[in-house]
Amino acid sequence: MFFRTAWLVLRKDVAIEARSWEVLTTTLFFAASCVLVFAFAFVKEGQAVPDAAAGILWIAIAFSGTLALGRTFERERYSETLRALLLAPAPRPALYLGKLLGMLALLGLAELMLVPMVAFLFQATLFSRPLLLAGLLAGGTIGFAAVGTLFAAMLVRARSRDVLLPILLYPITIPVIIAGVRGTSALLGATPDEPTAKMWIGILVSFDVVFVTLALWTFEPLMTE
Amino acid sequence: MKKAFGPLVVIVGAMFVVAPFLIARAPYESTMGLIQKVFYYHVPSWMAMYSAIAVCGVASALYLFKNNSAADRYAVSAAELAVVFGLMGLITGPLWGRKAWGVWWQWDARLTSALLLELIFVAYLLVRAYGGPGSEKLAAGTALFGAATTPFVYYSVDIWRTVHPKTSVVPTLKPDMGIPFAFCSVAFILLFVVLLQLRLNLAERQTALDELYLAHEESS
Amino acid sequence: MSVRRILIAASSWLLLAAPVFAVQPPPGQSEFVPVETLPPSEQLPAAPYLIAAYAFVWIAVMFYLWTIWRRLNRVEADMRALEQKTTRR
Repeated sequence: MFFRTAWLVLRKDVAIEARSWEVLTTTLFFAASCVLVFAFAFVKEGQAVPDAAAGILWIAIAFSGTLALGRTFERERYSETLRALLLAPAPRPALYLGKLLGMLALLGLAELMLVPMVAFLFQATLFSRPLLLAGLLAGGTIGFAAVGTLFAAMLVRARSRDVLLPILLYPITIPVIIAGVRGTSALLGATPDEPTAKMWIGILVSFDVVFVTLALWTFEPLMTE
Repeated sequence: MKKAFGPLVVIVGAMFVVAPFLIARAPYESTMGLIQKVFYYHVPSWMAMYSAIAVCGVASALYLFKNNSAADRYAVSAAELAVVFGLMGLITGPLWGRKAWGVWWQWDARLTSALLLELIFVAYLLVRAYGGPGSEKLAAGTALFGAATTPFVYYSVDIWRTVHPKTSVVPTLKPDMGIPFAFCSVAFILLFVVLLQLRLNLAERQTALDELYLAHEESS
Repeated sequence: MSVRRILIAASSWLLLAAPVFAVQPPPGQSEFVPVETLPPSEQLPAAPYLIAAYAFVWIAVMFYLWTIWRRLNRVEADMRALEQKTTRR
């Protein structure tokens, strides 16, 4: 019942998105412009600063993720579908999980575009250890999306929700971003530093466990009025 | 609790008068000299902040899961005090660091995570102020995440090599430093309790005012 | 009663804020010893930072007490206004 509900919520979100691809395309475009803005900000003598690649990748993920969260839940608020979901006789944490999976899919697609783009623009050897990179991206995205989905859902009915989401989200998820950046930059040296990257993946996993557990636990009381 | 308030204020006041004498008599630290004496206010500020976060976290959980409105008053009062004591720690720390390390700030694990912790509770206050109706629950959720981050902040200096002193400094203090430190810690925690009571009183008056407004609305 | 509590707290702080007598001056030197370069510990005087740190803590507490007092007064004023409105009817 639990996983079936989550799967149904995910399918619903994908089906709605598939009609217009609005959130996906605008998120991708925003992520790309984010990378470009930072690339130009860090250009010296016509060449982009190479060490900035890891940071720029993760900042683009964080910023486009925040935007996508806001837009996805704005859609729910506009159609009042969130209330309908909450009225359904479905376990609330399953609703959260379905939303989280949808968010992960969206951010995953954004990262599929961002990683080659950053590697290309900064001559960053991001693909030297693809498995470790995938681990870092997965760990960081899950941590970020777990907290983001919870806060975006609970802010749906709040005032000033657009500005409150970053205010609440960033202080809590910055450790996740930092871990992602440090792990990624460990992979970018002349010889990729595998033990360091693995350590940061371990830290990301522990963040993910704490955040997802806390989110599943608090989703129900936070969504009840 | 209310009857103990007056004596508690006197005790806290007396402790803060006595503290500078104890601190002045404490020995200098060999590498840092005079500036190390900021330690006697810096670490207790953070201890008071951690206490405030603990109170806020437990109260927020009680409010979220049991709808206990008294818990909500404790949560908001403790959150304000967490911000106040955190600010004390974040100002005394760089003043110490400027002299001891030569820089005002370093982006190491302890300083970064402590700053983020402070920002989480500032965000709590912002949500309560600007989130509109129902923002108490949202803030409570934030407080729980903040409370979950705190152990990470505390142990960051032990896990990573940073310029900040490790947590092993406090348990290994020699008595002539340990006694003033323990004294100041108790003073700060009692100060937290006193300020919490004052703030709680304000919260209770605000609740009473809201109820009066509601009664006024209903009768008119 | 609550305003009185605040006044007790604030005035006891003000009256007891006298830690000036704590630091004793060091014993006088008997001769001056010249030195070529300033030792590292003298290059940035520590005392201003120490005093600033302690002063900030005190000022923060005072300021916070003042904000509580101000908000409490506002709430009490609102309550009195509201009570006047209801008794007038």
